[in-house]
Amino acid sequence: MASDLAGDEDGLRSFLETVYARFHHDFRGYAMSSLRRRLRQALPEFEVGSILELEQKLINEPAIFGNLLAYLTVQVSDMFRDPTFYKALREKAVPILRTYPSLKIWVAGCSTGEEVWSLAILLREEELLDRTVIYATDINPDSLRRAEAGVYRLDRLATFTKNHQQSGGKSSLCDYYQTGYDVAVFDKSLKSSVVFADHSLATDSVFTEAQLVTCRNVLIYFRRELQERALNLFAESLCPLGILGLGSRETLSFSPARAHFTDLVQAERIYRKS
Amino acid sequence: MSGPFDFKHLKVLAIGGSAGSIEVLNQLLPALPSALPLAVVVVVHLPPHSRSELPSIYGPQCRLPVREASDKDLIEQGTIVFAPPGYHLLVEDERTFALSIDPPVHFSRPSIDVLFESVADVYGDRAIGVVLSGASEDGAVGLKRIASRGGVPVVQSIGTAAVPRMPEAARQAIAPQAPMTLDEMLANLEALTETR
Repeated sequence: MASDLAGDEDGLRSFLETVYARFHHDFRGYAMSSLRRRLRQALPEFEVGSILELEQKLINEPAIFGNLLAYLTVQVSDMFRDPTFYKALREKAVPILRTYPSLKIWVAGCSTGEEVWSLAILLREEELLDRTVIYATDINPDSLRRAEAGVYRLDRLATFTKNHQQSGGKSSLCDYYQTGYDVAVFDKSLKSSVVFADHSLATDSVFTEAQLVTCRNVLIYFRRELQERALNLFAESLCPLGILGLGSRETLSFSPARAHFTDLVQAERIYRKS
Repeated sequence: MSGPFDFKHLKVLAIGGSAGSIEVLNQLLPALPSALPLAVVVVVHLPPHSRSELPSIYGPQCRLPVREASDKDLIEQGTIVFAPPGYHLLVEDERTFALSIDPPVHFSRPSIDVLFESVADVYGDRAIGVVLSGASEDGAVGLKRIASRGGVPVVQSIGTAAVPRMPEAARQAIAPQAPMTLDEMLANLEALTETR
């Protein structure tokens, strides 16, 4: 089985070292299980039979890295994924955020933007968006472009709309997009509050003080050491009493970074910097 | 009959079910012996965004403790762990689970293939893969990987499956190897707990 990555830890590590050395994208602290699956799918796409051949092809043809990055970073979220998270954010975090004259929010690992626009709509509904800057960051320039475009397939809108309603939405989601032939394009007026930027939780440092950081379903792709690095960045970025929101299956419980935080809404993984 | 397999060195029992599998899981999971020296990992297809009730459905009837996986949960023998709805569940290494929100596979997240492939990668011939009733072909590719790495492929008998498509696809994927039946597997697991 030439395309088999099973048991080839050394091959995978060597590949990730090459990616880091040549392209400055650091996946060495990522969970191997998902990377292995994604790379296994990439092999036929790049017409190679093994991880070693893929590494050699990447060295010889660096231009393929953009396409490869898509394989290494693909993840699919929904708008208002986990409606109870957004409901808790609205009920417990918004009253706190309202006390600040201006707001900076960091959406770390924003991927294709679903959670960014969810947050922007929630803040618009709460009449906070006008005094807010949302920094939406990711390592994949193509994801950032798609996030910024705010264009989603129409067949996803039923889920988005249902989630929005269940999250306690105070308006109708269709107020925020226009439909094309088979896509929904989200409102440009939301976009003036969002700054999209390239940022790596693995290699970059803090760039702003924020009152709210959300990083949902990104840490699941990291091993513990990289999770610690990211959580320490969030602790450093947050102002005193700032708020951190994680994914529904992510937890601070086993992390030394726990010491920086208290629970705001434990069930929804919303924490407050202490 | 496939094999012969030596059950003594096995570490993990991975189970995948979809439409029609709730009932068979109701028989299978409570039948697992309390001294089972394997970790049990289960993917059941549910509507996305549902709050899973699987641990509360099966927990009271099982002799083994039952829970849903969180990120980087420890893999423990003698424990039944379900994939949380909306996430793929993978094994990262022999000690740790991992989750992902990679795209659905066969329209499913969690996907049986995703779990089984990671199980095959990490455990090789020390894994059992079980495919139950279902209407998709999820699990077939994963079971083939488990079998090709020397693990034990188990498929629910077509005659007893409420929806036979998934077990049929799994049978075909591992052919010409014949899968072990659920009863054979349970008998082997029982014998295992008696000899240890």
